[in-house]
Amino acid sequence: MTWRRDKTLWGLTLGLAALLLLNFVVPDWFTNILTLSLARGSVALGLLVLWRCGLISFGHALYFGFGAYTVGLMSRYLGITDAFLTIACGVVTAGVLAYGLGFLLRQYRGIFFALLNMAFSMILYGVLAKLEELGSTDGISLEATTYLWYAPLGAENKTALFVFAAILTWGVAVLVHLYLRSTLGHMTTAVRENEIRLGYLGYSGERAVHAKYVISGLLGGFGGAVAALTIGHVDPDSMVYWPVSGDFVFIAILSGTGNVVAPFIGALMYELIRTYAFDQFPGIWQLIMGGTLLAIIMFLPNGLWSLVERRRSRGGPGSADRLQAREEEA
Amino acid sequence: MDPELLLIILVDGLVYGSYLFMVAVGLTVICGVQKLLNVTHGALYAFGAYLAATLLILYFRLDWPQFGAFAVMLLSALFLGVVFGLIIERGLLRHLYHEDEHIIVLATFAAFLVLEDVLLLIWGTDPYLAPEPLGLLGATEIAGLPFDNYSLSMVLLSAVVAAVLWYGLNRTQFGKLLLAVIYDRELAQAMGINVNRIFLLTFMLGSFLGALGGAYQAPAISVQPGIGVEVIVLAFAVVVIGGMGSIPGALIGSVIVGVARAFAVHQEPALELFVIYMIMAAVLIVRPQGLFAPAKPRTI
Repeated sequence: MTWRRDKTLWGLTLGLAALLLLNFVVPDWFTNILTLSLARGSVALGLLVLWRCGLISFGHALYFGFGAYTVGLMSRYLGITDAFLTIACGVVTAGVLAYGLGFLLRQYRGIFFALLNMAFSMILYGVLAKLEELGSTDGISLEATTYLWYAPLGAENKTALFVFAAILTWGVAVLVHLYLRSTLGHMTTAVRENEIRLGYLGYSGERAVHAKYVISGLLGGFGGAVAALTIGHVDPDSMVYWPVSGDFVFIAILSGTGNVVAPFIGALMYELIRTYAFDQFPGIWQLIMGGTLLAIIMFLPNGLWSLVERRRSRGGPGSADRLQAREEEA
Repeated sequence: MDPELLLIILVDGLVYGSYLFMVAVGLTVICGVQKLLNVTHGALYAFGAYLAATLLILYFRLDWPQFGAFAVMLLSALFLGVVFGLIIERGLLRHLYHEDEHIIVLATFAAFLVLEDVLLLIWGTDPYLAPEPLGLLGATEIAGLPFDNYSLSMVLLSAVVAAVLWYGLNRTQFGKLLLAVIYDRELAQAMGINVNRIFLLTFMLGSFLGALGGAYQAPAISVQPGIGVEVIVLAFAVVVIGGMGSIPGALIGSVIVGVARAFAVHQEPALELFVIYMIMAAVLIVRPQGLFAPAKPRTI
């Protein structure tokens, strides 16, 4: 498939343009929601990459929190507030951690993979929540973000961060999409379907899983760093505790694994439902979130993206085959 | 190390371990039979604590025999186990057994979120205190420190629960049916065992145990929002350490975690949570099937 005919790349680019334009119309608080959905969407994208090979992590708050705390600690101890530098460091540290832990985790499948991730994320939680130097349960407040020489304040900073995050996320999503199209990317499905046969073909399933794990870690660190800058504060309970990991899996399920665009749509939906529920029904917002998740699992098991695919597949005879071909391409 | 401190750490560890066992044992029973990790168990614990605390406050206003408090706790747990077991198993899980194991965990996570808010709707955000049963049993002095007998009685309760479960599983007809389902669900069904009924009863039993853990813990703690979130992840750790579905495993796992935590609390409090999850990770790395999981033939 040529670059020009790749609908996903066009979709991502159009989405970026639409977001940047939308930014002029919507109020400030909505800009924040958009930035946060980009952050959470990135983490969910990492889970999508893993899920393609049949693995789910119940502990990706580990990388989210690692990225966020890298940004927070840089602001607190080094006085560094530059968005380029802090996000880069958040991504790299999370990636290094994922690379190290990947040697262990690549040997595990199924529920053990999910639980080992959870154990590691709870170790980080335990350290962060108890150590005074790392902010303890109160967390760390960040200084205002700067962008090289540009140091905007207040609402302008929110807009600047949003534009910055949107462009970066676009780049990240394009890279992941190109990766999934490559040979190594196609091996995801092979690992899920029959890892032993993959081994006989001369590929290492473990190394494929390791690569995907590092990618998901990098994406987690990226999401965490962006979220930290957006919220302006990092703390263990809202960034590293186990329900946070659950929320990421929630977004992944809500989105479906069909396409790299899906996690961002899912994350936006998630943020909107959450904000609306919290605002209108503060007493029962968790109930609404849980109910939504249950409804998705029961009635839309392949996520929101399956709606897009269903619409596409209504194209007459043989459309089911085309749908399958498209899924394999994507 | 000072032998008196060691004794205190051991007692502390056993008390905390038995608290963990009360929660983890129900989780491991459900896990063993139905092959699912049930996050709603944390909500059952919280419901058990809230209902027992409320009923205890009411009970002590009456002028009835004080030891009836224990019956109140047992009955509230029984009530919750039956009602919630029925609702969650019949209403939710029954429709999901054919799904991927991850999806089932996530569905119970969703149900957990719903139940957490139901809890808030019923009881609000204020803490409930019902410490009267603590006073009933008095205190014992161990190594110069007073331990209330109520906490120590939790060790006894855990031992009783473990013994009853062991007997029920290995010496009764229901236990034999259960074992058949654990080893091979389809074969058991083919032999005429009503697996749906077994699943429902197991889930009720597990939920009852979770609620009982909460109910018995209620007088010793301040019952407030968030206790379910905290306890379920600890119970996960214990179940993973002992081996998913193994009752002796849950027993040993909770003692290990309890004693290790007590060591951390007395020596280096900052490491409290770190130690627990470090053990969980270590066990998953060295022996992912858990310390006490039954041996299984390789399928490849």
